[in-house]
Amino acid sequence: MAIATTTGGRSRALPLAWKAVKLIASVALTFLGLLFVTFLIGRVVPVDPVLSVVGDRASQSVYDRVYVELGLDKPLIQQFWIYLQKVFTGDFGESFMTKRPIIDDIIRVFPATLELATLGVILGTLLGVPLGVLAAVRQGRLADQVVRVVGLVGYSAPIFWLGLLGLLVFYARLGWVAGPGRIDISYEYDIAPGTGLLLLDSAMQGRWAAFGNIFSHIILPASLLGYFSMAYISRMTRSFMLNELAQEYVVAARVKGVPEWRIIWVHALRNAAVPLVTVIALSYAGLLEGSVLTETVFAWPGLGQYLTNSLQSADMNAVLGGTLVIGAVFVGLNLLSDLLYTLLDPRVRRRA
Amino acid sequence: MFHKTKWLAAAVAGFTAIAAPAARAETPADTLIMAWSIDDIISLDPAELFEFTAGEIAGNSYETLIGYDPMNVADIRGKIAESWEVSGDGKTLTFKIKEGRTFASGNPITAADAVFSLTRAVKLDKSPAFILTQFGFTADNVDQKIRQTGEYTFEFEMDRAYAPTLVLYCLTANVASVVDQKLVMEHATEGDFGYGWLKTGYAGSGAFTIREWRANEVVVMERNPNYSGDAPAMARVIYRHIPETATQRILLEQGDIDIARDLGPDEITAMSENPDLVVEDGVKGSIYYLGLNQKNEFLSKPQVAQAMKWLVDYQTIADTLMKGRVIVHQAFLPRGFLGAYEETPYSLNVEKARALLAEAGLPDGFTVTMDTRNTPEITSLAEAIQGTMAQAGIRIELIPGDGGQTLTKYRARTHDIYIGQWGPDYQDPHTNADTFARNPDNSDDAASKTLAWRNAWEIPEMTAMADAAMLEADADKRAEMYVELQKRHQAESPFVIMFQEIEVMARRENVNGFVIGPSFSDNSYAGVTKG
Repeated sequence: MAIATTTGGRSRALPLAWKAVKLIASVALTFLGLLFVTFLIGRVVPVDPVLSVVGDRASQSVYDRVYVELGLDKPLIQQFWIYLQKVFTGDFGESFMTKRPIIDDIIRVFPATLELATLGVILGTLLGVPLGVLAAVRQGRLADQVVRVVGLVGYSAPIFWLGLLGLLVFYARLGWVAGPGRIDISYEYDIAPGTGLLLLDSAMQGRWAAFGNIFSHIILPASLLGYFSMAYISRMTRSFMLNELAQEYVVAARVKGVPEWRIIWVHALRNAAVPLVTVIALSYAGLLEGSVLTETVFAWPGLGQYLTNSLQSADMNAVLGGTLVIGAVFVGLNLLSDLLYTLLDPRVRRRA
Repeated sequence: MFHKTKWLAAAVAGFTAIAAPAARAETPADTLIMAWSIDDIISLDPAELFEFTAGEIAGNSYETLIGYDPMNVADIRGKIAESWEVSGDGKTLTFKIKEGRTFASGNPITAADAVFSLTRAVKLDKSPAFILTQFGFTADNVDQKIRQTGEYTFEFEMDRAYAPTLVLYCLTANVASVVDQKLVMEHATEGDFGYGWLKTGYAGSGAFTIREWRANEVVVMERNPNYSGDAPAMARVIYRHIPETATQRILLEQGDIDIARDLGPDEITAMSENPDLVVEDGVKGSIYYLGLNQKNEFLSKPQVAQAMKWLVDYQTIADTLMKGRVIVHQAFLPRGFLGAYEETPYSLNVEKARALLAEAGLPDGFTVTMDTRNTPEITSLAEAIQGTMAQAGIRIELIPGDGGQTLTKYRARTHDIYIGQWGPDYQDPHTNADTFARNPDNSDDAASKTLAWRNAWEIPEMTAMADAAMLEADADKRAEMYVELQKRHQAESPFVIMFQEIEVMARRENVNGFVIGPSFSDNSYAGVTKG
């Protein structure tokens, strides 16, 4: 718990401006560091980026020309500086794997991941929080054990294996859901390009048949990701709740005769919600990085697959661009959870 | 990449029982849908594309100057070209273009397009440009050397009198595809010859047009309404990027795709038993081999290289581990090529190998490393070889790495043993002779990094033999020269050549007419029908 800062009118307006400056500086510094480290790693990796561009068969003259074109003849620091200058003008360069501007690539692959991750974290939260609360209330009893085992499986089973299993059962055997991919070919051209979030696009354009098809494609991988974040969220909820339920205000409420459900769901959960927001934000951010294995099994054209491919072919522009997106996601979600803190926790509000 | 094969095997084996397919979905009757790992495509411009997948796409959407019968490679015939003549000094070929044909755009195909396409590829100087520039063309002289002489005729003047078969086979490669000059130049910016547009665009005259390529996702092809040949039955052909072989299998069994292109040994076995599916294969040109770096003190002893050729269990690997995806092959020219040598003298013989090692002064063997690309296929191959080599005391440590890593090291000549795969660049024997049996300059900064160079194998005599074969005008004599070269290579070289690749695919039983050619550019689906 933080100690209350100085009060009084002296520092009402100034700290706010100061805080904004500090925030911007720290965000800028984070990005700079992130880029620099990624850049360094990309250059230290023992993969020749020129080979990825020209292939193994090109003549030496072609090799040498591309070497210069990629700027690899310049010192490392200078290469980084050139890259930074471009980034500041909004030019993230071109991927040499896809031959498109990085921005276009990200705009294409990120929505696929965003859609999947969002649905996944919603499912994970809707299931994980109640299960965690249940486990805390029934601590040590059967319900607690069941939740623990279900969570343990989610923690330890390889997502790759569970994904294949899910496909075999729900797609191949039962036929309840559609197979790998985001959408059936026959619906592909029904939807005009929009946000790239296919569920949203199809709904806004009133293409309900396509919406159904997209939903049937996404539900299995999203449930899988949901299951994994559920395992984490329920465990954390349980421990936060146990902590709250042991507090004196709960005893006081009981003494006052407040109904038990109110004590659990309103008093205790409300207080547990503050750290829980961080947990949920973190698992959301984790999913937004793109789950490579899930994307591979479900042939999902998302950020995870894109970044892995780029890394393996030393496609540095793409890797740096992807890293920036992930960095932005983390910073953004951090800010969001800070904001939610102030809403949920009156103490933080008063401090501000 | 990931250790997923084991999980995969467990999942597939354990749950085949519950995986009995439910009622299957049909793909549209006029659409062919294939699942394939297409993340290696980096360009659709014929002057640049050089990957198997892109080669197949170009082979079905562009036409080259010259072609050959995929069932009989010796039968060279004109595609865009109607006929050709070799000049008396053997340096100039005069081509006549077929008249009255058009590109998909409706523009007529003339000699101007052919000249533009060839000179464009030379000037852009992308990876496959060497297939043309090896005949003496440079960005500066190509406009004089490849010149239009009439609306439907042009001349192709080389710096030496190369074997006509060599030149013609090179002109069957994707880089010699004829592109629509008018359409391409409409999209050109500042001297890029339309490259910026064509790398994701289309300007050809083949059976299909390329409608769309979304990297790592899909390639959509459509029937070319202006195609001069028989109109394909399929209105649309779709490649879906499905990286995982087990996923491809499930999709195929469900009928959500028509053909699965990447199959592991487990999938092949399971699918051969399914009456709805047909597994098909065709011999491809890729060679699997070990490269023994002659900079290594042990590997540079001739008897050691000899011994190692007796320490691979060729037949067992082909039959079990690779299960129908390779055949045993021990010479550098793949079967189906002019002059291919098909004898396979080596087999697993530990006693012989031991004797050779003793002769080399290494009766107790030695320890070396092997750079191993971390794909399931290459890894299991390397492990099998590691096992048999150990029987004669050669202890191999495997160094796993992804393709980029192992290749970077190989080209720097810092490996001991490299286990790799080499596919020919075009259908002429020179392509492999050039790399396996030529090393014009063995210094560390040599311009030409042939496979012989990468293994620091100095061979002035063989280099001269390969150079002579390149110029031999008589095809039969030329073939003999290559057989001679391969025999010598097989006996002396620091290459343990082991297998030739077989491409395997599985299709729904109602999908007929996919032609599996000797190279990926020859794979054709123009004749595919769905019953």
